[in-house]
Amino acid sequence: MSIDTFLILEKIILVVIIIAASMGVAAYSTWAERKVAAVMQDRIGPLRAGPFGLLQPLADGGKLFFKEEIVPDNSTKWLFMLAPAMFIFTSLMTSAIIPWGPDFVINGSEGARTVALQVADINIGILYVFGVVSIGVYGIMLGGWASNNKFSLLSAIRAASQAISYELALGLSLIALLMLTGTLSLRTIVEQQHGFWDGNYFTWNFFKQPLGFVIFLVCSFAELNRAPFDMPESESELNMGYHLEYSSMKLGMFLFAEYINMFISSAVLATLFFGGYNFPWMDQVQAAVPSGIFSLICVGVLMAKVVGFILFFMFVRWTLPRFRFDQLLNLGWTKLIPLALFNMLVTGAVILFFFNKK
Amino acid sequence: MVEKHIQLAENSVEKETTTINLGPTHPATHGIFQNIMEIDGERVIKTEMTVGYIHRAFEKIAERRPYSQITPLTDRLNYCSAPINNFGWHMTIEKLVGLEVPKRVDYLRVIIMELARIADHLVCNSVIGVDTGALTPFTYVFQWREKIYEIYEGICGSRLTTNIGRIGGFERNFPDDTWKKIHDFMDGFPAVLKEFETLLTRNRIFMDRCIGAGAISAERALNWSMTGPNLRATGVDYDVRVHSPYSSYNEFDFKIPVGSAGDVYDRYLVRNGEMWESYRIIQQALDKLKGMDSSIFHADAPEFYLPEKADVYTKMEALIYHFKIVMGETDLPPGEVYHSVEGGNGELGYYLVSDGGRTPYRLHFRRPCFIYYQAFNEMVAGGLFSDAVVTLSSINVIAGELDA
Repeated sequence: MSIDTFLILEKIILVVIIIAASMGVAAYSTWAERKVAAVMQDRIGPLRAGPFGLLQPLADGGKLFFKEEIVPDNSTKWLFMLAPAMFIFTSLMTSAIIPWGPDFVINGSEGARTVALQVADINIGILYVFGVVSIGVYGIMLGGWASNNKFSLLSAIRAASQAISYELALGLSLIALLMLTGTLSLRTIVEQQHGFWDGNYFTWNFFKQPLGFVIFLVCSFAELNRAPFDMPESESELNMGYHLEYSSMKLGMFLFAEYINMFISSAVLATLFFGGYNFPWMDQVQAAVPSGIFSLICVGVLMAKVVGFILFFMFVRWTLPRFRFDQLLNLGWTKLIPLALFNMLVTGAVILFFFNKK
Repeated sequence: MVEKHIQLAENSVEKETTTINLGPTHPATHGIFQNIMEIDGERVIKTEMTVGYIHRAFEKIAERRPYSQITPLTDRLNYCSAPINNFGWHMTIEKLVGLEVPKRVDYLRVIIMELARIADHLVCNSVIGVDTGALTPFTYVFQWREKIYEIYEGICGSRLTTNIGRIGGFERNFPDDTWKKIHDFMDGFPAVLKEFETLLTRNRIFMDRCIGAGAISAERALNWSMTGPNLRATGVDYDVRVHSPYSSYNEFDFKIPVGSAGDVYDRYLVRNGEMWESYRIIQQALDKLKGMDSSIFHADAPEFYLPEKADVYTKMEALIYHFKIVMGETDLPPGEVYHSVEGGNGELGYYLVSDGGRTPYRLHFRRPCFIYYQAFNEMVAGGLFSDAVVTLSSINVIAGELDA
């Protein structure tokens, strides 16, 4: 595909839509989180702003914008400012490589044009995710460190060691998956999971790599700093940790970025293990509806999976207590990493002995 | 090596430990008290406990107050189980005066005190959950604490600082809808407590957090003169209700739950066990009340009990007693008395010296929290910071009782 004006235009439109969608989903995740918490705790939840409290995210955003901006005197000021920007920037960047739907075709006067519903199909897709997510922890570290507050510093240290420990297990659990797919490109991985049942076996990677999925899921919790792995911001110990000194929209950006992260990692989970935008009987549906509609259905299916994962993250948060810091590292290093290695070994052996196409 | 670092000034470059303030406004201190902690990374080296943030000089104020007006001061000790404090104070005066209260009053007091114990333990145990990050069980049981408060409300009109009862009994009989509320509570509570236990007791993460955290041996606990659930968690079965029974507790059949390790998890289990036992005690008390004359709610002691308003207007005697009680002019005999009750947190003692006047000559509250908090350093030193937070909530230090 050559780079022409239309391609640039089309990508810009796609980027704007995806960033807006990430923001929207993140904003409504905060609303959903409150409602989920309320349902689980026999409460009502937000109710006053709009019907069912649906305008609550807007009210929150407005409130945060008008709050006084406090920068502590003894903080390293430019790092203090940089940290939330960096955190939200990295969390928005990850969405670039997720395939949101199949290509869709526009028939114009100068012939058909195929539009890919993915910002960038890069051949190292998953490595890109890991790279960007790793940079994300710098936002937390800088924020905690530049605040010049002991609780924040403790939290930043916790966040850094947690991120390092769990990224290892996260990477190892994916290696087994990559041995099956033979590619790092998310687009190819999704296309391999076409449909649901191809006559002989389930196509979704979840059925081929259940253990890998479980490890990946646990590590996602840790990467998202969500309960039961919310060490860095444990509110009863470190008073919200690294964003303790932040106020106004800088605080809002930290909180918001966490929800964007949750959205993106749900999308990655769905893409890698639950077939992305694929769904059962998609071939029949494709034959029955026009290409544009079909693409939209696919996007909707992916979104449904994403919402499912987000709800799962929320249910877990409001059910389980949090780990202690040393137990968290223990779980990462002594349980998840050996398990991931074992998974890798078994996958390798199965490929070698049963599917060797030499 | 570590000792050397503690000695160094805070801004010294050689210093490798950090001083961190857990309190007075930290969310882990449920109340106002400070811990100045010396930490090495996540490990607590030592902690220095500071008391006195809400010291209100209750013992001194009590020296200028008539006896009946000291009851509201006792509310503000352990405000999670205020009725126990109130009744303990009334029983102290009854002991000094030698006043016998009717059996029905004893049983009514037992019902309220055990409800208060349930409320106290519900708060403590659910807050252990909150401090370990599980918020949901907390909201489940808090609805039931609310129901207990409604029962108080029906009897005395207030909820948290109750000022419930009078010397010799109650100010009025229990209303019918309060009886209904008590029975509703008895019907619904077991299921809730069972659900609460299902959420936390065998939760792997909760167990990992609590087992071994903030442990103290039975010997050390006795040396600190700890009592109540925190002592019983170490394996010593001391309970004031059994060892020096008051308010007819000797007529009730209940067990004393004990732990073995004295850690957070054992304290949690002991408190949960006590809630079940309290529930059984209330059931027995309700059974005992069935055959009794339901009009008795007060000892026949006119010098402590406000007469009917109609009598005040028409009868000389009633007018005199009314005046004496309202003006606080009831003299008590001289003497010295110590009475203790099993409060929500442990042995709550009242040491009262009277020189025969309308106010105490000296009054001392034996507050269990004050004693637990002294042992806090011993429990958390060498452990992790997170353990210290959970330990603090499990020994249930109530700021009001700590500072008096």
